[in-house]
Amino acid sequence: MADTRPTASIEAVESGLAAQGYIASRQIATAVYLSQQIEKPILVEGPAGVGKTELAKAIAAWRGMKMIRLQCYEGLDEAKALYEWKYAKQLLYTQILKDKLGEVLGGAQSLAAALDQLHTFGDVFFSKEFVEPRPLLQALEQPAGCVLLIDEIDKSDAEFESLLLEILSDFQVTIPELGTVSAVAPPTVILTSNSERDLGDALKRRCLHLHIGFPEQKLEERIVESRVPGISQTLRKQMVGFIHEIRSLDLKKLPSVSEAIDWARVLVLLQASELDHEIVKDTLNVLLKYEADIEAATPQISSFIAKASRQGVFS
Amino acid sequence: MRENLHRFFRAARGAGVRVSPAESIDAMRAVAQVGFADRDILRDTFLLTLAKTQDEKRALGECFDLFFSQPEPQQENAEQSKTDDGSESDANPSADEHGDVSDDGASENVGPLAQMLLSQDRSAISSAIANASGAASLPDIRYFTQRGIFQTRILDAMGIQRLRDDIDDLTTRNPALAERLQEALNGLRGTVRDAVSQALLLYGREETENLRNEILRNAPLARIEPRQVEQMRALIRQIARRLRERYSKPRKRQRRGHLDVRRTLRRNAAWGGVPFLTAWKRKHRDRPKIVALCDVSGSVARVSDFFLLLIHSLHEVVDDVRSFAFSGHLIEVSDILESKSPEEAMKEIMSKVGFGSSDYGNSFADFEDNWMSAITPQTTVIVLGDARSNNLDPRADILRRIGERSKRLVWLNPEGRMVWGFGDSEMPRYATFCSVVRQCATAQQLERAVSDIVATYQ
Repeated sequence: MADTRPTASIEAVESGLAAQGYIASRQIATAVYLSQQIEKPILVEGPAGVGKTELAKAIAAWRGMKMIRLQCYEGLDEAKALYEWKYAKQLLYTQILKDKLGEVLGGAQSLAAALDQLHTFGDVFFSKEFVEPRPLLQALEQPAGCVLLIDEIDKSDAEFESLLLEILSDFQVTIPELGTVSAVAPPTVILTSNSERDLGDALKRRCLHLHIGFPEQKLEERIVESRVPGISQTLRKQMVGFIHEIRSLDLKKLPSVSEAIDWARVLVLLQASELDHEIVKDTLNVLLKYEADIEAATPQISSFIAKASRQGVFS
Repeated sequence: MRENLHRFFRAARGAGVRVSPAESIDAMRAVAQVGFADRDILRDTFLLTLAKTQDEKRALGECFDLFFSQPEPQQENAEQSKTDDGSESDANPSADEHGDVSDDGASENVGPLAQMLLSQDRSAISSAIANASGAASLPDIRYFTQRGIFQTRILDAMGIQRLRDDIDDLTTRNPALAERLQEALNGLRGTVRDAVSQALLLYGREETENLRNEILRNAPLARIEPRQVEQMRALIRQIARRLRERYSKPRKRQRRGHLDVRRTLRRNAAWGGVPFLTAWKRKHRDRPKIVALCDVSGSVARVSDFFLLLIHSLHEVVDDVRSFAFSGHLIEVSDILESKSPEEAMKEIMSKVGFGSSDYGNSFADFEDNWMSAITPQTTVIVLGDARSNNLDPRADILRRIGERSKRLVWLNPEGRMVWGFGDSEMPRYATFCSVVRQCATAQQLERAVSDIVATYQ
């Protein structure tokens, strides 16, 4: 059931997202709450795999709304993001209607009269019928509102950002032939970025800016717990502690939350009861994605396991 | 409370967070939703609405902690002082409240400030300071030179004149009490000084930094002091950001002559395919390709350091940079610069080639033997050095060949034009083969030089 009313409190957001298996930090919950209260898009930045896209999915699931996703890439333009005229259909119709037009206009005595008659049909070929809505326009047309996810905006060109400005600030788009299309119900807009390039100030100004970093140990344990229910508490503590140790290394790609969840699944599958040197060495490729990183981490495995286990005892 | 929010926005701007009016409106709307009750949520709210980068978030977080660690002027005091016709200092009402609590103060007929100090009511004193700060318009403080005047104004507003008179009176009648008051006064001065310093930190940072940066921009890079190196690096990073913003604009240009069939058909669908409007293929512009040869001997080293930092922070604008460092001989340093922090990279480069006496001829020969193929007709070659070759063979013929192979050959010389050609400087001989020769001694000249180089590709 779609619920378009804004949520009452930050706690309600937290528990709502948690029900969908998304454990949100206080800051994330505040951002979601505020974006509903003051109707602003959220721009989410952070390293890959910390749950930026997942956040949008969780909001959609929690609110019972449809999620519309626009994946950005270099060369994305308005024909693919906003709307396009179905020109094949337009062409086809003009051909089919050729005879019809002749009939209709046949009665006219002069050229001026024929023109007048033609005008009465209006711009039949530039009407809603022939517009192919792309994700952005679709999002505006959802009667029950929706979650619009504009994913990896930093991958698109700078021109595309300017295209988004109208939709982000006023929830409307202007199609020259049709006029302005306003949102039926303002969508919840989430933009994500991996900070590959700096986004324009105009875009940032229109959004709430949320930075999701790597979670704290406690929070990450809760995330793993909610995503991989089968994992024992000691192992969970150990593996999260281990990952936090790994993140202190200077690596090319640090393991993020999604890798932590994958690793937890792998450990459960292998029926490990606790971390030991063998099993970590064998499964390290789940966490680290570069040969050089694995080489850098391997000599440290034993000491990291020891540290992670010690933490488990005292906390 | 609105007044406080505005002061906070001003402090945020002071901390280097760019807060536009629209963002401050958003922040106020957001604050209206979450309220002031929970300070953590309030902090998160500001971080979400005002700060738009990671750096800004850090700066704003610090600013928030600093700002809200200050005692806020207490509401009832402010109201009462309004009813006092404003003729008396703002400190009076709270002093009246506490006047009868103090035995010593009450028995001796002393002024309100003295009573407050004797009763040692900390909250009253700090709120009195806050109110007096408001009266002295402390948020207007901009430069550290203004600290004295603001301290005086605040103390005046708190009624220090009366306190002095009290102390003078008491010295004869009750020396012990006078001594206590004198001590309390010294303590009060310290507190006010701290308050003013904190305000300067909050509100004056931007101006102070602008002033400092202005001086730094025009200081000769070769002679800056070690403690300024870090600031200079920050400045260079700023310059790099500015250049990036200016030149990383779209790189498409319409090229007439080649029809884009797909887009033309699409555009003219409405006219049954009759091409009224034509669309042309676009052409991508080249991004700059740069080969930099930097002298790292003696006094040029520091300039090279900053130059390399600048060039290597222009990733979005410059496609391809290869850097070479030389003094006696030449090595490629691109990898070192890419993989390490500026400090470490420079240290490593220096340990490999630095601090020898420079031999331009030998270094050019090294380059020609090993890396000449790096130069293509799209490449800009930048040589940074003072062209002082210790009377060794300058090998200008190699420089000529480099110039012929490349798009442009730019020579940046940290020395002033006056001394080019004097002593062992080979500048005039080299200059004949360069497209551009310019002086490059300060951060500002460095910015202009790099900006011009990048602009030729636009």
